[in-house]
Amino acid sequence: MSLTRDDVKKVARLSRLRMDDQQLDELAPKLNGILGFIEQLSEVDTDNVEPLSNVARSTLPLRDDVINDGECRDAVLANAPESEEGFFAVPKVVE
Amino acid sequence: MTDLTNLTIASALNGLKNKEFSATELTNAHITAMENARDLNAFIVETPEIALKQAEVADVRYANGTALPLDGVPIGMKDLFCTKDTQTTAASHILEGFVPQYESTVSGKLWDAGCTMLGKLNLDEFAMGSANTTSHFGNVINPWKDQTNPNIDLVPGGSSGGSSAAVAARLCLGATGTDTGGSIRQPAAFTGTCGIKPTYGRCSRWGIVAFASSLDQAGAFARTVEDCALMLNTMCGHDAKDSTSSKQEVPDFTKALEGDLKGKKIGIPKEYRVDGMPEEIEKMWQQGMDWLKDQGAEIVDVSLPHTKYALPTYYIIAPAECSSNLARYDGIRYGQRVEGEDLTDLYELTRAQGFGEEVQRRIMIGTYVLSAGYYDAYYIKAQKVRRLITQDFENAFEQVDALLTPTAPSSAFAIGENDDDPIKMYLNDVFTVPTSLAGLPGMSVPAGLDSKGLPLGLQVIGKAWDEETVLNVARNIERAANFTAKPQILGVSKAA
Amino acid sequence: MTHALIKGETGEWEMVIGLEVHAQVIANSKLFSGASIEFGAAPNTHVSLVDAAMPGMLPVLNQHVVEQGIKTGLGLKAQVNKYSVFARKNYFYPDLPQGYQISQSDHPIVGEGIIEVDLPDGSTKEIGITRMHLEQDAGKSVHDMHPSKSYVDLNRSGSALMEIVSEPDIRSADEAAAYVNKIRMILRYLGTCDGNMDEGSMRADVNISVRKPGDEYGTRAEIKNVNSIKAMTQAIGFEVNRQIDIIEDGGEVDQETRLWDPVKLETRALRSKEDAHDYRYFPDPDLLPLELTDELIERIKATLPELPDEKKHRFMNEFSLNAYDASVLIAEQNRAAFYETVVKTAGDAKLSANWVINELLGALNKAGKDLDDSPVIAEQLGQLVARIVDNTISGKIAKDVFADMMESGKDADLIIDEKGLKQVTDTGAIEAIIDEVIVNNPDNVAAYRGGKDKLFGFFVGQVMKASQGKANPTIVNELLKNKLS
Ligand SMILES: [Mg+2]
Ligand SMILES: [Zn+2]
Repeated sequence: MSLTRDDVKKVARLSRLRMDDQQLDELAPKLNGILGFIEQLSEVDTDNVEPLSNVARSTLPLRDDVINDGECRDAVLANAPESEEGFFAVPKVVE
Repeated sequence: MTDLTNLTIASALNGLKNKEFSATELTNAHITAMENARDLNAFIVETPEIALKQAEVADVRYANGTALPLDGVPIGMKDLFCTKDTQTTAASHILEGFVPQYESTVSGKLWDAGCTMLGKLNLDEFAMGSANTTSHFGNVINPWKDQTNPNIDLVPGGSSGGSSAAVAARLCLGATGTDTGGSIRQPAAFTGTCGIKPTYGRCSRWGIVAFASSLDQAGAFARTVEDCALMLNTMCGHDAKDSTSSKQEVPDFTKALEGDLKGKKIGIPKEYRVDGMPEEIEKMWQQGMDWLKDQGAEIVDVSLPHTKYALPTYYIIAPAECSSNLARYDGIRYGQRVEGEDLTDLYELTRAQGFGEEVQRRIMIGTYVLSAGYYDAYYIKAQKVRRLITQDFENAFEQVDALLTPTAPSSAFAIGENDDDPIKMYLNDVFTVPTSLAGLPGMSVPAGLDSKGLPLGLQVIGKAWDEETVLNVARNIERAANFTAKPQILGVSKAA
Repeated sequence: MTHALIKGETGEWEMVIGLEVHAQVIANSKLFSGASIEFGAAPNTHVSLVDAAMPGMLPVLNQHVVEQGIKTGLGLKAQVNKYSVFARKNYFYPDLPQGYQISQSDHPIVGEGIIEVDLPDGSTKEIGITRMHLEQDAGKSVHDMHPSKSYVDLNRSGSALMEIVSEPDIRSADEAAAYVNKIRMILRYLGTCDGNMDEGSMRADVNISVRKPGDEYGTRAEIKNVNSIKAMTQAIGFEVNRQIDIIEDGGEVDQETRLWDPVKLETRALRSKEDAHDYRYFPDPDLLPLELTDELIERIKATLPELPDEKKHRFMNEFSLNAYDASVLIAEQNRAAFYETVVKTAGDAKLSANWVINELLGALNKAGKDLDDSPVIAEQLGQLVARIVDNTISGKIAKDVFADMMESGKDADLIIDEKGLKQVTDTGAIEAIIDEVIVNNPDNVAAYRGGKDKLFGFFVGQVMKASQGKANPTIVNELLKNKLS
């Protein structure tokens, strides 16, 4: 598999990374180099192998349904680039 | 008075207890060292005022006889750990100015044990790198010099390069690190320091800026194996706020240090003899085997057949997780924002200008391997190979108690040397990544110098939850290696 | 059958609808954090650092929500999966702080099930449930507070939702409404969702396509933001016609997400196609698979209430009610319980049903009151009906007594006593009244005896009036017949 500049553009868009044409041109071969490297995996026989997504060697813990967090608006908004009247503010979203 | 910055954590604790010096004196000595070594760029933010305040309280406790386990020990905190009211950046522009309103579990435990915070240590941006050359706040310089070419600045390893450089340069007695694919062990090897990554789940990830959640694990840097054990005693433990945190009991790791290796079997994975590995590293590895044999261990050849596929597996899984973990840096709730015409503009400009090149590359790879049509071929495939790699270790550990390998395929290299070729850079982690994929404990311990006068490390890998054997084997290597060399800059600065 | 076909220019069209119902789980705290889920708080107050996706924050699963999910699965008669996985659904939106929604994709907690829905014509239809999974709700963007900005409130962000996905078995707006009603009823019975559509605790996404009967499925559009049954009915009506028009004009329906505009009463495309969704689902590495034990599932099964359909069928069997009366009575749990108490006290199930449905619910409705606020409690209504059954009062008098009860909250017996409403069953007394009526209406008596049978009602009325309604109507009838013959 080899990424074209258009593919790279699509991935950049999905990733919300603005890239100009020159950047796309430079990035494509680098990404293809990495993809070529990771494609070694196709050599490995993985028939009947279950995917492993976690090595935590434990079971999922569950918490009691108690309210013991929140009510900390100042902390939530403390680092906001823009906040007004207790809200985060962003450029108007038109749906 | 002894040179306070040359102490180990253990000897410093003794000196404090015996009132040979105060925590304030100890902290001041390190603040001075930190200020004199700004050329290394090990710290993103120095926090001497915080350290001194903590030292003052520690001194009160020493006077009262209520000293805490690590009371008054000055450490550096990798700037991936969120620290309440102190800027935390992950070495990224996008988080520049971010002041957490919370304290990570691990850093909190260290403060609760009495450590003093000298500052926030530099690292590769979002811990993505093996040379500490991707930081928005500049490269970290290894305090060691190539004796054959002493004018060139070398990398301290990465991603925890600030941590390794600071500990090696005696700017702090210990430091925290995080290891996703080797980010503690490889920089430890490059700087002649000890670095341990415990079993995945030993240290809480709560409050650590995430890179790849299924791999990230906090650990410790120090100049001795014992000091690492002391730090781990405090850093490890179950945390209900992290769903992958283990409930395994945490032993007193310092108790595991003594004792020889009689009856212990140490495995040598044959697949780690890679093409093009420098002969010196080969020799050092053999030396390590001989030391362990002298201590009564039996050396056993083992096979980890899927080793070759660890790096490609890692370079699917880690970017995939990072592409999602880094989606929250969108300029809306915290961090840098670049205004745009509309929301999409804001997102794209904020992220393009906020993230560096390597981070963007990994986000792109991660996005791609998770995207429709490629998920099975890349991501699921990598998860399957990850299982095979994990099984390799399980099989090996049916025969042996620990594994011995080199930590890295080279000693520290020049800044900029591998920058143009990502794959070449990734190969630095060839010996550390498999352990990370399997979530096993691994430690790098300095074993000697190469012909350039640069440190080389040996890696000890253990079974899950068996940091004790790892520390014990590492302690035996440490004793045999008697590594006393120091970075040249220490000699230079003293002469000056 | 409500299987509605729509007439187009090229013949008849059939609509194919599948619904995704999002139901907020009744709990104290959020799915993965300890922040409150209470509705109506000041912006960004019910928000933890986890909900705001601060760096390094991690999710921890709420046990109660898991149990609510299991309960719902059992209530929908669906497969509860002992192994489920939380995955990340990745997309960028200001009210999605993590940049991903933690949801379940390949391995949901609940698999296939089936529910029976009650249609307006009294018939029922089975609709398949594809799956139900747990997921995080998003925050809320407010677009109308500032001319050039949207404001983001994360209070709802991270609240637990159950997404119940139906099979594309629905063929009309009526069926869709009946389906949502039934889901709502089941969840309310189970206590897993309050079903309050006004507060957004239940919402539906409508997947809709059209086809010629017998053809393959057409391309579907997904309509979001459908917040009431009325809106759903309107949106389906609009969207079906839009799609038929497109196809009949030679065009093709786009597979897209559309938004229901409740002001303009139309659907419109929500996001551009260029942004075609690629959610890049993968298992959340911050969480492990959720594994349930048989013991837990059994323990929850033991707590299940009698569900609406079971109750309805029991009411039909035990009380000989028709399907309509039964379904009205079981629509709410407290209503069904109220009814059962009335029956217990009064004895007559059918009469009790009439009184609950027609008199009580009617009066409450008129007064704008809930059953829980009814001035007449179940035992009191039971006593009133019992007095009809034992002939103490007539049904007509009972209505007056009931009106008094609604006003005063007094017991029926007390009112009957105070007002002397007890029915007259003494034949001597009634005969005396009848005699008087006969004497006072000689013309009508003559006309009746001359064959004008219809006048019988007149005499009954006169006697009842003279007795102030207290005369037992059966006795009145009998005696009148004798006296007039
Ligand atoms: Mg949906
Ligand atoms: Zn959903």
